[in-house]
Amino acid sequence: MRRHYLLPDISAPGRTGCRLPDLDVTPSALPSAEMLRTDLALPEVSEGDLVRYFTALSALNYGVDTGFYPLGSCTMKYNPKWHEDVARLPGFASVHPLQPADSVPGALRLIFELQKYLAEITGLAVSSLAPMAGAQGELAGILMVRAYHRKRGEAARRTILVPDSAHGTNPATAVMGGFGTAVVPSDADGNLDIKSLDAMMNEEVAALTLTLPNTFGLFDPQILEIARLVHRRGGLLCGDGANLNSLLGKVKFGDLGFDCVQLNLHKTFATPHGGGGPGAGPVCVNDTLAPFLPTPLVVADGRDLSFDSPPDSIGRLGAAYGNFGVMVRAYAYIRSLGAEGLKEVSENAVLNANYLKEKLKKHYHLPYDRPCLHEVVLSGKRQKVDGVRTLDIAKRLLDYGFHPPTIYFPLVVEEAILIEPTETESKETLDAFVGAMLEIAREAEENPDLLRGAPHDTPVNRLDEAAAARKPDLRWKM
Amino acid sequence: MPSPYIPNTDADRRAMLREIGVASVNELFRDVPEKFLDVPFRLPSPLSELELKAELKRMADANASLDDYACFLGAGFYRHFIPSVVGHITGRSEFYTAYTPYQAEVSQGTLQSIYEYQSLVCQLTGMEVSNAGMYDGSTAAAEAALMACRVTGKNKVDVLASVNPRYVDVMETYAGGQAISLHKLPSDFESLSADSACLVVQQPDFFGCLEDLASVAAKAHAAGALLVVIADPISLGMYRPPADYGADIVVAEGQSLGSPLNFGGPGLGIFTCRNQYLRQMPGRLAGRTMDSRGRPGYVLTMATREQHIRRERATSNICTNEALVSLAAAVYLAVMGKSGLRQVAELCYHKAHYAAAAIADLEGYSLVFPSPFFREFVVRCPVSPRRINEALYRQNIVGGLDLSETLPDSLLLCVTEMNTKSEIDRMVEVMKKVGAEK
Repeated sequence: MRRHYLLPDISAPGRTGCRLPDLDVTPSALPSAEMLRTDLALPEVSEGDLVRYFTALSALNYGVDTGFYPLGSCTMKYNPKWHEDVARLPGFASVHPLQPADSVPGALRLIFELQKYLAEITGLAVSSLAPMAGAQGELAGILMVRAYHRKRGEAARRTILVPDSAHGTNPATAVMGGFGTAVVPSDADGNLDIKSLDAMMNEEVAALTLTLPNTFGLFDPQILEIARLVHRRGGLLCGDGANLNSLLGKVKFGDLGFDCVQLNLHKTFATPHGGGGPGAGPVCVNDTLAPFLPTPLVVADGRDLSFDSPPDSIGRLGAAYGNFGVMVRAYAYIRSLGAEGLKEVSENAVLNANYLKEKLKKHYHLPYDRPCLHEVVLSGKRQKVDGVRTLDIAKRLLDYGFHPPTIYFPLVVEEAILIEPTETESKETLDAFVGAMLEIAREAEENPDLLRGAPHDTPVNRLDEAAAARKPDLRWKM
Repeated sequence: MPSPYIPNTDADRRAMLREIGVASVNELFRDVPEKFLDVPFRLPSPLSELELKAELKRMADANASLDDYACFLGAGFYRHFIPSVVGHITGRSEFYTAYTPYQAEVSQGTLQSIYEYQSLVCQLTGMEVSNAGMYDGSTAAAEAALMACRVTGKNKVDVLASVNPRYVDVMETYAGGQAISLHKLPSDFESLSADSACLVVQQPDFFGCLEDLASVAAKAHAAGALLVVIADPISLGMYRPPADYGADIVVAEGQSLGSPLNFGGPGLGIFTCRNQYLRQMPGRLAGRTMDSRGRPGYVLTMATREQHIRRERATSNICTNEALVSLAAAVYLAVMGKSGLRQVAELCYHKAHYAAAAIADLEGYSLVFPSPFFREFVVRCPVSPRRINEALYRQNIVGGLDLSETLPDSLLLCVTEMNTKSEIDRMVEVMKKVGAEK
């Protein structure tokens, strides 16, 4: 087989991948020639060649079904197969969003019940499934914060506080919502520096966005004090729920004082990541923010369900109701686990992460030596002495058949390695990963060049990212 | 019963706890305030795969699946034929269980597919560059408006009144966060003011009509504003692309390219622009480069625009690129190819015109707009559109979108290659009957 080719390379005039029916009505006159194109240069490929091409591409990928994927903050857990089957049922997949409401009672019920389950899981009053991704859920939260303060005549609150350990989306979202940001530092134990928060929390602050557990995988024991401080000075506490997998069925955000939290169905609720979407980012709020939720919500009037717009809604986030196909899978997941099953998820996720921490800390620097929750952050700074960077360690892991952890995040940890095993991995898999990490630590001392040249056994070797950015080649032409 | 998704046994857990040096898992949760740990959760009792499949099938069956109905509903969400090959490729779990391709060496499948997608979409729209995709058409339009404001340094967005009202709502939501104002204009506006960042136009517009793109482009550019076109990808199988009329940014809903309706989501926001605006683009981009041995390969590139690098100075907060939906679009465009997509577009065109002519011939019915159209058109009805839709539904036909709140007695109908002549004739027959019952 040819080593590298693209669609135009298997295209030839006259080929096609699909036969369409003949026209069964009397044709009308076509529009004038100046309105029509003659330049539509799409590839012409036979169905078989096309299937082979994309099958070959799929074989160059690494997914959760391929192997261990401990990408910190991304919760790469196993995606149950039967969820794919139910999401494709014609009554879910082949339904138009503008069909009469009385022709879609099953879809409304699914949305309504999932709204309720997510509110219960987070301990908040109401949830909206409209956001189509985690970052959009964050945006919904920030826009609600803005609307809330404006309604109270406090438009002067123009700053969102963001911890230095936050995901990049948090500050980016604050700016999209029209706010400025100020960064709250972490303390030496990996918690929020409460003295700094105290000093920064004034009447210009609209909200603090907080990931809990934070991106070091640590649960901030000062959480009740943080919430009290923020609220006492008129601010709101917004949660980034990316790390909910560690709290499922055990702890509720609402109990801890959060006003709003955004979730990621594609992380916590086992819907596939799709290679970068589609996901879904529901947002859950308490009664204070409920009037501002995005449009629409599914509400019940007796047994009848219908779409409704909250009174002070921030508006519409998408053309329909959110990523319904993703909701079906998350619904199936919650119903199949129940409260006890969700608790088992978080407990096993936390156990697996702590097990890795214990096994790896002798060989890699552990910046915060205390129990973590679902993920553990290490640092490659010990290996840096041998001239090996975290990037090299990550690339070498590929040779051992593992997807690397998240690297260089959180930004405040030098040479960060953020490992999230999830609950769907066995002790044997974790032991094999530990074995590879220890082997790599040894290689870093004995043969650093082996790591710097890694990976060696992948479809391509290290790619020149600088050249890609300097001279962008973003498409073919034919 | 043990969970099928948790492999640890009790023995494993004991061994791991011993290794960690704690007696119970809850010792690992010691930082959680005690009174808030292990609180009750009120959720339905768990069920097995067998039971839930049956229950979910009942829920699905309660909906009217368009597999069992003739459908003449569009209005931004279109039902087109999806060859089986599309689902078989997107159903490969090497694609759908991967994450965003941060580790390029083991993500060439996703990255090369994105490169194909970007290329195909550029070929289709005639634009120079495409990103890897956005949430849906409406958010792509909103991001286009924000980008036009960044490019021009202005903060007024002009939108033609004929743009899908839901898209305008989403643009309002996105503009609401920033000091950006939205203004609606009629299609026959005279000129734009000099403080306009962009003009947003939909082609064909929400009512199915083809706008005079050349004329609106000239007016937009005369005011120093960018032209943002919300295109219809299927229509581009036959019509000249927006790039030919001078569009600066072209966005579209890509669901119609190989993805089911899914009650409206997931969709795919197609986002393309002129090369000169590349560095102001939101979203992911895949680029071609070389590996250390000189072999071609692909990476995510120009990430300095993005949130994980640039944080509060990013062009957008977006991370996801609807990769699986864009993969479906790429496969669909390749399956259809040059002649197939043209054929799909022409089937829609002829069938829609056949239906429109037949309805316009009925006593009491007329076409509302004289403009040329592609596959959607508005008819004025002698009785309320609601009554017509109800009568159609009784005959297993999902009718059009009732526009009577904005246009009296008007119904927006959509005809695609999925509609057979006999379906169209049945619809016309019902409309005739209901119209005569006045």
